[in-house]
Amino acid sequence: MAKNEELIPVETPEGLKKPGRIQKAPENFLTTTEIEQVTKGRRDFLRGSFVAAVAAVTGRQAFAQSSAVVDASSGDPYILQPQTWATTLGKGVATAPYGLPSKYESEVIRRPSPGLTQTTQSSVSFSPLQSMFGIITASGLHFERHHQGWYDIDPAQHRFMVNGSSPEFVKNPKVYTMDDIMRMPFVSRIHFIECGANTGMEWGNVAVPTVQYTHGMLSCSEFTGVPLRLLLEDCGADMTKKFVLAEGADGSAMTRTIPMEMVLNDEVLVAYGMNGEMMRPENGYPLRLVVPGVQGVSWVKWLRRVEVGDQPYGAKDEAVHYIDLMPDGQHRQYTSIQECKSVICTPSGGQKLLEKGYYTISGLAWSGRGRIKRVDVSTDGGINWKTAKIEGPVQNKALTRFSLPWNWEGKTAILQSRAVDETGYVQPTYGQLRAVRGTRSIYHNNAIQSWGVAENGDVSNVQVL
Amino acid sequence: MFKFSKAMKPALTLALVPLIFAAPAMAADKYQGVGRAATPAEIQAWDIDVRPDFKGLPKGSGSVEKGQVIWEEKCAVCHGTFGENNTVFTPLIGGTTKEDIKTGNVANLKRNDYPGRTTIMKVSSLSTLWDYIHRAMPWNAPKTLSDDDVYAVLAYMLNLAEIVPDDFTLSDQNIKDVQKLMPNRNGMTRKHAMWPGKSGLVTATPPDTKNTTCMSNCKPAAKVSSTLPDYAQTSHGELSTQTRPFGQTRGQGSADGAVAKPSHNPDYALAEKSGCLACHGVNQKIVGPGFNEVAAKYKGQDMAGKLAAKIKSGGVGVWGAIPMPPQADLKDTDAQALAKWILSGAPTQ
Repeated sequence: MAKNEELIPVETPEGLKKPGRIQKAPENFLTTTEIEQVTKGRRDFLRGSFVAAVAAVTGRQAFAQSSAVVDASSGDPYILQPQTWATTLGKGVATAPYGLPSKYESEVIRRPSPGLTQTTQSSVSFSPLQSMFGIITASGLHFERHHQGWYDIDPAQHRFMVNGSSPEFVKNPKVYTMDDIMRMPFVSRIHFIECGANTGMEWGNVAVPTVQYTHGMLSCSEFTGVPLRLLLEDCGADMTKKFVLAEGADGSAMTRTIPMEMVLNDEVLVAYGMNGEMMRPENGYPLRLVVPGVQGVSWVKWLRRVEVGDQPYGAKDEAVHYIDLMPDGQHRQYTSIQECKSVICTPSGGQKLLEKGYYTISGLAWSGRGRIKRVDVSTDGGINWKTAKIEGPVQNKALTRFSLPWNWEGKTAILQSRAVDETGYVQPTYGQLRAVRGTRSIYHNNAIQSWGVAENGDVSNVQVL
Repeated sequence: MFKFSKAMKPALTLALVPLIFAAPAMAADKYQGVGRAATPAEIQAWDIDVRPDFKGLPKGSGSVEKGQVIWEEKCAVCHGTFGENNTVFTPLIGGTTKEDIKTGNVANLKRNDYPGRTTIMKVSSLSTLWDYIHRAMPWNAPKTLSDDDVYAVLAYMLNLAEIVPDDFTLSDQNIKDVQKLMPNRNGMTRKHAMWPGKSGLVTATPPDTKNTTCMSNCKPAAKVSSTLPDYAQTSHGELSTQTRPFGQTRGQGSADGAVAKPSHNPDYALAEKSGCLACHGVNQKIVGPGFNEVAAKYKGQDMAGKLAAKIKSGGVGVWGAIPMPPQADLKDTDAQALAKWILSGAPTQ
């Protein structure tokens, strides 16, 4: 029986007294009443429930295999009992011509933050960072930020124009179709994109429960496109001018001032590819600007025009929105760089550790100023730190995955991560950030995130100065 | 002149420095057959940006009086008659004073206790408002205002903010004078480290925080300064279903400790899949009315057909000022199923 008990953690009465505890499979198929019965020693009932649980897993065919009842004392019915997927014929190729995630992944979705905005077209949906691996965001989970809704634009009708704010700045203003752009030399690069307002709800105090809402305006993809420099040179642009304006084709006709310096460095891309396929419509299909390290609002979607200019443009998202209020009442204007930042995704707010023992703390780090050099992790709220393992190769201005082994002894803990980038900049604490920027900035909150772990395993969003 | 020209001086100075970058493109025919010349009419159609120095501003004019008429017809539904409405978007007007117009700094921005920031409190450049309205308003029908309409709407907004008198007509001729009255015209700073490169746009300072990589005994204690408020615990839906149900962790159960049962109602699933639940709660108002409110309002009436049509067409007014967008992509049969389900009380099981 000893072996069997290991297989059935639900028999551990201490665990069951905790309200809200979510049990390991198959116990999470038990109802509250059934769990109570188990705690009272009704092991006969448990054997039955195993069978029911198997039935549930195999597509909820009610007791499809009830004739093959297995005595739970001899082992795990998922091993001892023949399974549908092992004993019958599976589906054929191209059953799903465009493949989708497993039906068991329905929790892993983009989510809006209720009440944050009053319309869905001028709004945000957040990436589920708590359920993602590695550094690439699955394209269907890429966060969304639209200002006036999105369209799926017919690439045959999309045009891209280059001109100058004065005629002499671009000698040969040109129009390009998607055919034209896709004939040009291309590069593919992995970069993060973060909304300037990511973590903006948390400037003053804890406001939202999970990492999806605190940090989920963050994604990372491989982008394929034409360096903007090539297109500007093709038009005979005066590359000594300091700025370009990027403009979108959607209703909001988003505009942002982009530094020519980044264009000359070949960092700025006119991109059509994302993670091996065309950009998703929500992300600007068929064309968007990629401005690595700079806040997402500059990555103009449905890009229709670039203008070479000698002055910044004071666009609506440079003079009304995306300006950072400082304690003295001044707004910082043209704040574009997303400074070095990190966050632990597992475990994180709204989650629960099921039991004591070994875990792998896992999170993401990134910097708009270059590569991540190092990430440290604390489990005591920043008193002591250990350097985390970084998954390489570390890419320039890209998400970087870090991890740290952790034995949780069932005691309270405060988990933090602190990233350092190649410029030597160290991610600040909330105390340090607020000391210079106050609490009303909305944008560019890159403070160290804390997750409190309670003795019962509940993880929640807390702030430590 | 306003502060902008002052701030630009470093950039202009830098432009005279010998160029460190590669000379402009050599071969314009390097990519043969790729792209074509843009026609003057095409450039005129798309080059609509207006800069803070008003470069790009089309000629035209519009009065406060005319602006009010357009405003009430096209703008007030979202922004309120006086630009004060907070229901759909952040208020546009309010929070500025005569004194601010003199100083060019909005005093309320220094107050931590001042509730919110209106557009007129923030914006420093009048060109931005002209450009914003012209390219993106009305919100649901962008780029449909004529140039003169844009002048008129902007004149009305400036009048609401008591920057221009009731009998004022704004035009390309006097807009630079009005810029000198903008309440927050001196309210922007470019003293920070967050513009890429060294183009002179910002007074590049080192980053404003200086954390260190202390590794042990970095502070005497870790004091929690803020925790999740009670109201926020449940404001983002059922947390137990927001983490994958296997792996290192689970999503926390709901407040009472019970694990949420997945819904098995196909119509609920349809509502979820169709995005209805982002704005409508089953039992509570979110942005739009709760389904329980809709069911109660039409109880005993044969409304399924009308409601299905309304779901597809969208609308505004019945439940307040926030418009429901049209759901044109929704299948008719799905709209009908959703309407029936909502009217039946929107059961989740």
